[in-house]
Amino acid sequence: MNYNIDQNGYYGDFGGAYIPEMLYPNISELKQKYISIMNDVNFKKEFDELLKEYVGRPTPLYFAKRLSKKYNTKIYLKREDLCHTGAHKINNTIGQILLAKHLKKKRIIAETGAGQHGVATATVCALMGIKCVVYMGDIDIKRQSPNVARMKMLGAEVKSVKSGSKTLKDATNEAIRDWINNPLNTHYIIGSVVGPHPYPDMVARFQSVISKEITEQLLEKENKSKPNHIIACVGGGSNAAGAYYNFLNDKNVNLIAVEAAGKGIDTGESAATSVLGKDGIIHGSKTLLMQTSDGQITEPYSISAGLDYPGVGPMHSHLYRTGRAEFISITDDSAMQAGLNLTQLEGIIPAIETSHAFAVFENRKFKTDDIVVVNLSGRGDKDLDTFINYFKLK
Amino acid sequence: MNRIDKTFKKSKKILSVYFSAGYPRIGDTIPILKKLQESGVDMIEIGLPFSDPLADGSVIQKSSTIALKNGMTSMKLFEQLEGVREEIEIPLIIMGYFNPIMQFGVEKFCEKCKQIGIDGLIIPDLPMEIYNRSYKSIFEKNDLYKIFLITPQTSNERINLIDKISKGFIYMVSSASVTGTKRKFGDEQIKYFKRIKKMRLQNPTLVGFGVSNSETFKSTCENSKGAIIGSAFIKFLEQNHLKNINLFVSKIRGK
Repeated sequence: MNYNIDQNGYYGDFGGAYIPEMLYPNISELKQKYISIMNDVNFKKEFDELLKEYVGRPTPLYFAKRLSKKYNTKIYLKREDLCHTGAHKINNTIGQILLAKHLKKKRIIAETGAGQHGVATATVCALMGIKCVVYMGDIDIKRQSPNVARMKMLGAEVKSVKSGSKTLKDATNEAIRDWINNPLNTHYIIGSVVGPHPYPDMVARFQSVISKEITEQLLEKENKSKPNHIIACVGGGSNAAGAYYNFLNDKNVNLIAVEAAGKGIDTGESAATSVLGKDGIIHGSKTLLMQTSDGQITEPYSISAGLDYPGVGPMHSHLYRTGRAEFISITDDSAMQAGLNLTQLEGIIPAIETSHAFAVFENRKFKTDDIVVVNLSGRGDKDLDTFINYFKLK
Repeated sequence: MNRIDKTFKKSKKILSVYFSAGYPRIGDTIPILKKLQESGVDMIEIGLPFSDPLADGSVIQKSSTIALKNGMTSMKLFEQLEGVREEIEIPLIIMGYFNPIMQFGVEKFCEKCKQIGIDGLIIPDLPMEIYNRSYKSIFEKNDLYKIFLITPQTSNERINLIDKISKGFIYMVSSASVTGTKRKFGDEQIKYFKRIKKMRLQNPTLVGFGVSNSETFKSTCENSKGAIIGSAFIKFLEQNHLKNINLFVSKIRGK
């Protein structure tokens, strides 16, 4: 079984480009050019240089001594939280802004949930001097205000989305509508491994630097080229895709995908797509999707804005359907506790999205000599208010 | 002969009107169909509402949301349309996004359409490639025309491909936009209409997106077989009684 994308843009049953004709020229241009642009020597050089000098890569693979002791296994943290702007999102936006330059686009649009992708996009647009518009759900604007302020300071225009559930799904709808209205001068930087082909594959490739570094760093630290387990949280799934990428076809590496159960799988307030979803179409991609029996997309819920998405990337749907990855859903409460736990054991405040990944240790046992890598996808500065209110720390 | 072909054969300046099924009220579907036919509309597009209509502007987003709140579903629409052909003779097209159709079952959906007497389907997010690969035979088996869109950015080469597999007519999106955003057509759009006219496609074309009044309707008729009006009609329904639909239609026709 091959877990990478096939030549038609599908991962098994999932993927493809279910797009209106208005988007055809742009998507088709991307499809034809993305591989050759990414393989271009000059592109590679500029991309690698920016990742090193601007983003601060490679990010450390840190052995979490106290956490390992608590759970009686060997836990390494891939420190994507130390990337410039505070999350893995910038790996992709650096890649896509360079791609947009190659395509001679003059304007960038993006959607954002937690605001991390919005900030990462606004940042690279400031770096390159390109106009930037970020769509963000009205509810998310309220719960992630520090990131809204950062985007504005970086010179981006933040457009509040008041349609539908007023979260990530609707922000993505509006960004797509903007692209339909501005097909010639605009590039749409999608922030996750979602959307029509070639986006899921393109974003996964830009994020694959995470797994490449894990391989190199494990060799150095453990004299092994692969871990036994990789744990990553999944909303759309970009940090997970990046952490899994080089290990997708190596079944000795167990992939653990952590979804947001919200208030609980059966409460009607959840974002655990693998459990609650059926095959469907969202944002131009065939994938697992939370929906009614009539095919209307339902409104997900999670305390973390970045996991609050009714679908999941097509690669992850395929990993789930084939049993290649182990899917675990974690409630708001478990995630919050795990976030506080990491903070006080290791001195690292994780994003609430990432906190979901750490809750796995309370739910699942690992062997003493297992090497478990957790992708620490983002830092929790943006979530301080939520943490403080939740634990009544004031 | 499919009703769409008949209509293009006998009529000029074709006016096709779109509305969201279940809007403004759940029971309005049949009354609106009857009133539109009475008012001399040539063809009707029945919108199957979807929670996330990517290609639609704010007006149709809103009418879709209200229709869904009113309880409209694919099943409900088919129930309402049962026996519609006893009263409605003009072509009926269902316009909807692919996900609800997929959940209903594409084959079952198409069979239902045939049984009711639907003539064609417009599914903006089911592009030509996927249609050809997976669904063409199902549509053909049920005598349903799949109507494809072209836009000002569609290459001539692709327009020719679309023309080859199209039946009935080609839906010419007036400009790079979602539905319902333009008040009048600029030089760029007129140039695009003329360019398509010159291509002498085997299928007739209707212009949609941004046709909202007698002026824009007239200018589309000069360069194509007619037009599709959606958002402007939904806006009319927001503020007017169903019984006045004939006033809307005659105003568009410039009478």
